[in-house]
Amino acid sequence: MLEKRVIVCLDVKDGRTTKGVKFKENIDIGDPVTMARFYYEEGVDELVFYDITASAEKRGIMIDVVARVAEQIFIPFSVGGGIGSVREMRAVLLAGAEKVSVNSQAVQNPGIIEEGASLFGRQCIVLGMDALTDPEMPSGYRVVIDGGRRKTGLDALEWVLKAEKLGAGEIVLNSIDADGTKNGYECRLTRMISEAVQIPVVASGGAGTPEHLFQVFANASADAALVASMVHFGTYSIRTIKEYLAERGIPVRMDF
Amino acid sequence: MKTCVVDYKAGNLRSVQTALEFLKADFIVTADPDVVAGADKLIFPGVGEARAAMSVLEETGLGKAIQEFHKTGKPLLGICLGSQIILESSEESDTLCLGLIPGKARLFPSTPGFKIPHMGWNQVSPVREHEVMKGVPTNASFYFVHSYYPEPGPDAVLAKSEYMISFPAALAKDNLVAFQFHPEKSGKYGLALLENFLAWKA
Repeated sequence: MLEKRVIVCLDVKDGRTTKGVKFKENIDIGDPVTMARFYYEEGVDELVFYDITASAEKRGIMIDVVARVAEQIFIPFSVGGGIGSVREMRAVLLAGAEKVSVNSQAVQNPGIIEEGASLFGRQCIVLGMDALTDPEMPSGYRVVIDGGRRKTGLDALEWVLKAEKLGAGEIVLNSIDADGTKNGYECRLTRMISEAVQIPVVASGGAGTPEHLFQVFANASADAALVASMVHFGTYSIRTIKEYLAERGIPVRMDF
Repeated sequence: MKTCVVDYKAGNLRSVQTALEFLKADFIVTADPDVVAGADKLIFPGVGEARAAMSVLEETGLGKAIQEFHKTGKPLLGICLGSQIILESSEESDTLCLGLIPGKARLFPSTPGFKIPHMGWNQVSPVREHEVMKGVPTNASFYFVHSYYPEPGPDAVLAKSEYMISFPAALAKDNLVAFQFHPEKSGKYGLALLENFLAWKA
């Protein structure tokens, strides 16, 4: 039986891990390679690295981080943040990442999804989408970009369906309403998107307790769930989260 | 002892390479058909589309080299797409494949509630014993990403997984073993499979 994935997200700035609350006031919580190794040994199913480095000249640092992670971590991982060309996609994949994720750049240039999928295979191309509740939109959610700061004219459901058609192989669905609140994932949004597409959907934003993961798996058809601060600060371990899920009948990988 | 990894620009070449380096394996990556045909042990990775992969293998002469290598009876490992194009054909773009062993790669039947590709960790149950599976518990999980699955003759099925249907996840016949999942991305048990293959004398 296919297992539900628990994914740890690491925000990386200038080669160091940070976790932003509502994308503001980033605090340094360590070396991404050491942290990746720690979560790998704890039994995480996958890792996501978001490069939040602002300056272009420091982007090379991220490629070095990716290469060092790939040498030590034998589970899939993806890299996102600021990737806007197939040249940048290729650099990340060649350094050893399984997948690349595109977000704001894909909104501005949807062709990048199609181009990436045809060059590297659609399983490599992840669409990251930040969505915000908005009653004016047909689905009730609006796509926002640049870390939630800028509204677009796109409806969240329409954008996801378009991205799937263009060749996205997976969706990381981040609720800006829920992000950083620790009150749980946005289950309504996750279920709506997951039931509308054929590709896997990763729920993101709002996880604070293992119960939140249970809800999004049991009630919102998520294929995977992203966690960050609830594990980065030691509040929960990957094992305690997975034990909680397994006890409640959610299939998760326990033997690692 | 020359272990060769076939380089035909497959997507997971780099991951296979880093896993082998981690295991301190003595190996080379090569795109030279003569080196492939003369290897002592061969690893044939793969990610992507069957027809595209087959045309690269045909144009470069690597396909023929892999067929020649297989006839020598030395150990051969296929990974992911490499577990499909060792068969006679694939339903993906109706592609004629290498035909090392009888069988066909099939598309998962479309089933409500199941997404395609089959992506993520899934349990693998061996149907018999084999040296490459040594030390790996029954029902250990491995990482999959695929829309097609290999269907060899029943004598070549080594392990099965469940996704909509029960399908062959690992194959073994004579000097050949193949995994539909990615051992190079499946944590310690994946590394154990690669290590077992490196030690295996077919």
